[in-house]
Amino acid sequence: MLENSIGPVPLQAYLIVAAFLFCTGVWGLINSRNAVRVLMSIELMLNAVNINLMSFSSYIDGSIIRGQVFSIFVITVAAAEAAVGLAILLSLYRNRVTIDMESFNLLKW
Amino acid sequence: MNIAYSTELICFLVLSAVIVSGSLAVVLLENIVYSAFLLGGVFLAVAGLYLLLNASFVAAAQILVYVGAVNVLILFAIMLVNKKEKLKPIEGLKTRKIISSGVCGGLLILLLRVSISTKWNLPGPPSIGEEATERIGEHLFTDYLLPFELASILLLMAMIGAIVLARRDISIQTDYINDFRNTKSLSDKKTPLLSENSLK
Repeated sequence: MLENSIGPVPLQAYLIVAAFLFCTGVWGLINSRNAVRVLMSIELMLNAVNINLMSFSSYIDGSIIRGQVFSIFVITVAAAEAAVGLAILLSLYRNRVTIDMESFNLLKW
Repeated sequence: MNIAYSTELICFLVLSAVIVSGSLAVVLLENIVYSAFLLGGVFLAVAGLYLLLNASFVAAAQILVYVGAVNVLILFAIMLVNKKEKLKPIEGLKTRKIISSGVCGGLLILLLRVSISTKWNLPGPPSIGEEATERIGEHLFTDYLLPFELASILLLMAMIGAIVLARRDISIQTDYINDFRNTKSLSDKKTPLLSENSLK
């Protein structure tokens, strides 16, 4: 398998790292009670997707590199999401004086 | 295996170890300030992986946007809402953690199985290496022009939305304005409506 790939690191190694990062992000997203940590978990998941896009772009689509363009768009959307998410968090904190995710149940039954 | 191969392998192993342990620490540590700084470390390690994949432009963009902007924003948010609060215990937290760990582990096993057992179309065309930046520019101004412009509009909307959401509301004392019975004339109202005292 090694002599078929470009370098010493096979494509599957990058995919495994990205899968682990994504699953860690999902676990943190479900289990965090601090709202800032939820946003950090979302950033972790977006980074895992970016690693997948970049590794496919380098190994399979090496001459056109559409994956790199896609990952730049993902980075852009992630920056916008972080700004709006933290603004929402600040306004929530100003109204409810807590950042516990369990206390944000205004829209829940 | 020559020395460049072994160097690349060692770099990949170190970076992936940093990513895995750092992401676990981000999720699991109690102190959220440590989590934020470790998140910056994870972002830097991901940028290192991009450098290993011959993508220097995206690595630079990753460092500039994630470490320079998103991580600093998260640190600011932590400092603005930094209140030590006792989280009240909720029932079923332990079972929820166990169930979600099972779900995430199953997802991980599924992803690992797919990524290992699939026959990827390797080797693809040869990588263009350092010409990637020029190729990204060509893509952004020819076939990805519409998403590029939409991304700029999205950034503008996000900026205005963040300002509107995070702005402090200015409240003016309305008892002067709503003085329906005209107990005082306008010239008696000494306090100007928009002064330092009337703004809260």
